[in-house]
Amino acid sequence: MNWIWFILFISGVVVAAVTGRIEAVTQGVLDGAKDGVVVSFGLISIMTFWLGMMKIAEDAGLVRALARFVRPLAHWLYPSVPIEHEAMGSLIANMSANILGLGNAATPLGLKAMRDLQTLNADRTHASDAMCTLLAMNTASLTVIPATIIGLRMQYHAKAPADIVVSSIAATFIATLAAVILDRFFRRRDNKNHMSAYKS
Amino acid sequence: MMDIVNTVSNWVLPLTLAAILVMGVTRKVPIYESFISGAKDGFSTSISLIPQLVAMLVAVTVFRSSGALNLLIGVLRPLLLHLHFAPELLPLALLRPISGSGSLALVTDLFKQFGPDSFIGRAASVMQGSTDTTLYVLTVYFGSVGIKQARYAVKVGLLSDLVSVIASVVVVHWLFHG
Repeated sequence: MNWIWFILFISGVVVAAVTGRIEAVTQGVLDGAKDGVVVSFGLISIMTFWLGMMKIAEDAGLVRALARFVRPLAHWLYPSVPIEHEAMGSLIANMSANILGLGNAATPLGLKAMRDLQTLNADRTHASDAMCTLLAMNTASLTVIPATIIGLRMQYHAKAPADIVVSSIAATFIATLAAVILDRFFRRRDNKNHMSAYKS
Repeated sequence: MMDIVNTVSNWVLPLTLAAILVMGVTRKVPIYESFISGAKDGFSTSISLIPQLVAMLVAVTVFRSSGALNLLIGVLRPLLLHLHFAPELLPLALLRPISGSGSLALVTDLFKQFGPDSFIGRAASVMQGSTDTTLYVLTVYFGSVGIKQARYAVKVGLLSDLVSVIASVVVVHWLFHG
């Protein structure tokens, strides 16, 4: 992060200096800083509303209601976790919260799942198969309604700020599917390599 | 095609909201009180973005207005056009897995330049909204239990980000600009 910030900034200053438009840097600093504050403030309205609605969903037990449908999928995704183990419960809860787009609720549930998986882990500094799958599922994170983006589109006067919802669902579904397949593929390859390493 | 997509998109949000309210009432949740207690976090969540957004938007704006961005895009343009990938989306695709606030700053900048309803604006929206920040999730999740050896997890995360970038461009092109 430090390097990205540094490179963006310094290469901007260098290019501006070389092309003789050094005043663009000053203007960029002023504009960028102003936009950062304006955008953050502009998000207050939608975030306040959305987080309120999400709290209702949470209190209504939507996560638990969805768990029933997610369970078979979780058993398939995490074959190394015993069905009755505590970790299975938190994995299912994390997945349900992700599907509902309850980002705020999904992270603590995911971290709990991580801790539960650690109790099953042989090497405590080495990620287990199930941990890698949990990570893949959370980086791809199925999002049904991207509230921040809708809020940002609203600020820049999109005709229908929510018109990207269907596209987002399609893209997030494809990405999650890819994550599952890639996770399976690399797990198999990794475990095969380890097997042969033990033999030799 | 576009009409159907617009209609469905515009219905998803109202229907979700109605479903949440109906669920809440049938499960005897005090919906108004629940709403208020959740909504309280809206202000702090948005305001807590200010430092990151100012930092990244300043860097991004300097990078673009100095001409450095155009230089980078210019170098890569032939290759990207060959792959049918809009060169303006490249910085976002690169930054998305690394920093959530950084990529949000880039999306803001793209909206400013091209408008949210342009192809670039829509593709950027979908790219930003359809995945999480891989390196952030990796750090938080593995860091919280002291995992040091991530094995193939980074590879899987970054490759699915690549899939997400391609899917965003293809889906938006197909649904809105096909």
